[in-house]
Amino acid sequence: MTIGLGHYLTVAACLFTLGIFGIFINRKNVIVILMSIELMLLAVNINLVAFSHFNGDLVGQVFALFVLTVAAAESAIGLAIIVVYFRNRGSIAVEDVNMMKG
Amino acid sequence: MAEAGFFYLFAVLAVASGAMVILAKNPVHAVLFLILAFFNAAGLFVLLGAEFIAMLLVIVYVGAVSVLFLFVVMMLDVDFAALKAGFINNAKIGALVGGVVLAELIALFTYRGLSVAPAMNAAAPIPTASSGITNTQALGDILYTKYVYFFQSAGLILLVAMIGAIVLTLKHRKNVKRQSIAEQVARGPKTALEVVKVPSGGSKIPAAKRPEAAE
Amino acid sequence: MIYAAIVLLPLAGALIAGFFGRAIGDRPSEIITTSFLFLAAVLSWIVFFQVAFGHETHTVTLLRWITSGELDTSWALKVDTLTAVMLVVVTTVSSLVHLYSIGYMHEDDSRPRFFAYLSLFTFAMLTLVTSDNILQMFFGWEGVGLASYLLIGFWYKKPSACAAAIKAFVVNRVGDFGFALGIFGLFYVFRTVNFDAIFAAAPGVVGKTFLFAGHQVDILTTLSLLLFMGAMGKSAQFLLHTWLPDAMEGPTPVSALIHAATMVTAGVFMVARLSPIFELAPDALKFVTLIGAVTAFFAATVGLVQNDIKRVIAYSTCSQLGYMFVACGVGAYGAGIFHLFTHAFFKALLFLGAGSVIHAMHHEQDMRAMGGLRKKIPLTFAAMVIGTLAITGVGIPHLTGFAGFYSKDAIIEAAYAAGTPNNYAFWLLVVGALMTAFYSWRLIFMTFYGETRADHHTYDHAHESPPTILIPLAVLSAGAVLAGVIFASYFIGSNEHTFWNGAIFHGENNHILEKMEEVPGWVGSSSFVAMLIGFAIAWLYYIQMPWLPAATARAFRPLYLFLLNKWYFDELYDFLFVRPAFAIGRFLWKGGDGAVIDGAIDGTAAGVGRVTARVVKLQTGYLYHYAFAMLIGVAAILTWLTYSGLFAGAFK
Repeated sequence: MTIGLGHYLTVAACLFTLGIFGIFINRKNVIVILMSIELMLLAVNINLVAFSHFNGDLVGQVFALFVLTVAAAESAIGLAIIVVYFRNRGSIAVEDVNMMKG
Repeated sequence: MAEAGFFYLFAVLAVASGAMVILAKNPVHAVLFLILAFFNAAGLFVLLGAEFIAMLLVIVYVGAVSVLFLFVVMMLDVDFAALKAGFINNAKIGALVGGVVLAELIALFTYRGLSVAPAMNAAAPIPTASSGITNTQALGDILYTKYVYFFQSAGLILLVAMIGAIVLTLKHRKNVKRQSIAEQVARGPKTALEVVKVPSGGSKIPAAKRPEAAE
Repeated sequence: MIYAAIVLLPLAGALIAGFFGRAIGDRPSEIITTSFLFLAAVLSWIVFFQVAFGHETHTVTLLRWITSGELDTSWALKVDTLTAVMLVVVTTVSSLVHLYSIGYMHEDDSRPRFFAYLSLFTFAMLTLVTSDNILQMFFGWEGVGLASYLLIGFWYKKPSACAAAIKAFVVNRVGDFGFALGIFGLFYVFRTVNFDAIFAAAPGVVGKTFLFAGHQVDILTTLSLLLFMGAMGKSAQFLLHTWLPDAMEGPTPVSALIHAATMVTAGVFMVARLSPIFELAPDALKFVTLIGAVTAFFAATVGLVQNDIKRVIAYSTCSQLGYMFVACGVGAYGAGIFHLFTHAFFKALLFLGAGSVIHAMHHEQDMRAMGGLRKKIPLTFAAMVIGTLAITGVGIPHLTGFAGFYSKDAIIEAAYAAGTPNNYAFWLLVVGALMTAFYSWRLIFMTFYGETRADHHTYDHAHESPPTILIPLAVLSAGAVLAGVIFASYFIGSNEHTFWNGAIFHGENNHILEKMEEVPGWVGSSSFVAMLIGFAIAWLYYIQMPWLPAATARAFRPLYLFLLNKWYFDELYDFLFVRPAFAIGRFLWKGGDGAVIDGAIDGTAAGVGRVTARVVKLQTGYLYHYAFAMLIGVAAILTWLTYSGLFAGAFK
């Protein structure tokens, strides 16, 4: 059977949902949150490239390129923050990360 | 046929490893599963004819970002033995909401009857396979001409991120000797040399200047 | 020029003493204000002779005031005979009161403030009497009300003084409400506030009606009644009289100036000034006569039994004002104004004399603690006797007499000539004259005759007052003696027409002056007889048989208490108006303002606090809570987009 656009989009949707789900069910450590974010970004990239292919428009891939760039930058900063936080607090268990309590 | 097979292979593996990322107990395992997910996604990209993006995914994401994750995970020395148990209560609601989101997304894509035809007014038409222009070349053709400003700002973002990461995490250790290049370069005769007047007619070095006379 | 000077000199004095009193000191403030007033008084007498006897009238425009649509008024001074008479009265009495106050108030700390207020009052009163439009008159009207409030409450540290000041202002306000309605009505009907224009147009609206408070009523009668309501308040007539006795809380010079000679006579002046309108509303005039006669009788009855020396004189003023209104009501405006003129002299004399007694007795005001002061303060005694002779109307018929003899008797004759139903006005006034004589002589006898009831220390220290107090008494005594003789023929006698020269208006059916000539002889002597009877009874009660007053009081105790408590008017008004007003106020304050408005605002503020306290709980600090919230948000947006048709033609 021909693999149509829907198939790819379904895959992306699953990955996206997994990423969302992963953000808040984990109690172990904050790095898993960042990884979940990467999963979501990956899902978006799949979407963009799939549309680009099926619409015959290269713009999707260009956009995916930029998303990749930003994702890399953001994960770098995120990790830096975690490192500094760990230096100061000594723990990255999600439960203990509550300094922003209002 | 083969295409379908590969698609399903890559798709299933990608979703499975995504699930394992969030379910793995050991964070190192989680990172490794993330790497697997990226590989499979790259495979999907190749199937879609975007081989440049696929390779980029492997090089940047797997080679740089995931390795960075690994670095941090190992550096922080998380005590995963004392993991906290199970899911929090939110998981039930979260599963419900997540399920709803997934269902809606899939329903949107599958039942709708997406019109997928090469649009007449594509912003950047993909060159046909017979024209001999590779994906990479095609991307390069438009990236440096039409989208050059975005390209540059993407570079700026990376620059800012780099600076930010350094600013956040750099700390001077007090007892580490380090060089100050600027000082070294700026060293000149005034600080480096000391002219000692030696009287002529003998090597009478003034007493205060004799090394052995130092107390 | 001279007219502007008369009106503005007191203002200048008030401003200087008021704003710079503390800087320039007490004595200079007194001297400046008093000398300005004396200058104004001299100028007023010059004007009086020019205008009244020289038969000139002037209108001097000073400044443009309002030009708005149809309303176009200026600050202008209208000077005719009526104005000239009032100018003389006001400035003379005011200047003498200023002089008197220098001596009377010499122990007080706030003398500049007192003199500033006195001059301010004089300015407002002069504006009132020189106004050529009703708005300016209202300005003066309110100004004298304000000055009265300030002066009654001059010793503001005394709570009773403050309460009396508020009472005066509020009761006046009730009257002013009617007055204001009258002004609005005048403008509504005549489209102008200028007196000359109104008087010219008034005959044109006789018999016409307009819609007022849902009924078609006769225009001129309604307007006259509304305007008279203001006069009732200002001149303390029956029903709106309750403030006058309490106004005695103020210093005695204030009582003399404001509550004897000038402010309370503003109502009479207003009726006389608006005679062109009142004359065309006979029903209103009947009401004026009724109120005046009732007041004359009522106030005299209350004055019979009062024990405070100033209150007796206050009720006497109230009663005499009733006489003046009766005169105006029957159409004899000249007689009314003449009585105003003479009354100013002898009433001010009586008040200032009482002040001298109080000063001598070291601020004792109760007559039951006086007596036997004849030898101690002979000059004051002489002045008081002259005043009493004047007010009771002592004289030799057809020959000569003191001032009241001419003016009061004229009013009584006019009352008879008017022919009121059953001649009630005439009889009320005659009985009033009897009572006037009684209480006036009672005052003299209780204060100056007999064994002293004062405590010995005070009695021994009683001494005659300084010249600054005695000179005004002397001048006023001269006025009380001679004013009638000299001026009667001009005000009400043979020369009255040329004297008034159109300043007061007589309607075509008003032949009161002719009828006054035709009254039977016994009418003319009726007041004389009443005066003698009153004198005789007073002599009996207080000289011959001093035990008689107490015996009478015991025998007729309910009647005595009724009179002593002023016919229980204060209690009645307290029950009818004051308590409900306070209750409404309290309800609006606690219930309305407190509960509703403050509750709403404080409640909103507290509510905000409560809501934020709950909302703050969202900020747990836990990352996954925040992420969860974001997830919910994303899901919601997605759901909304799905069903809102943004994805063109979505289903389910």
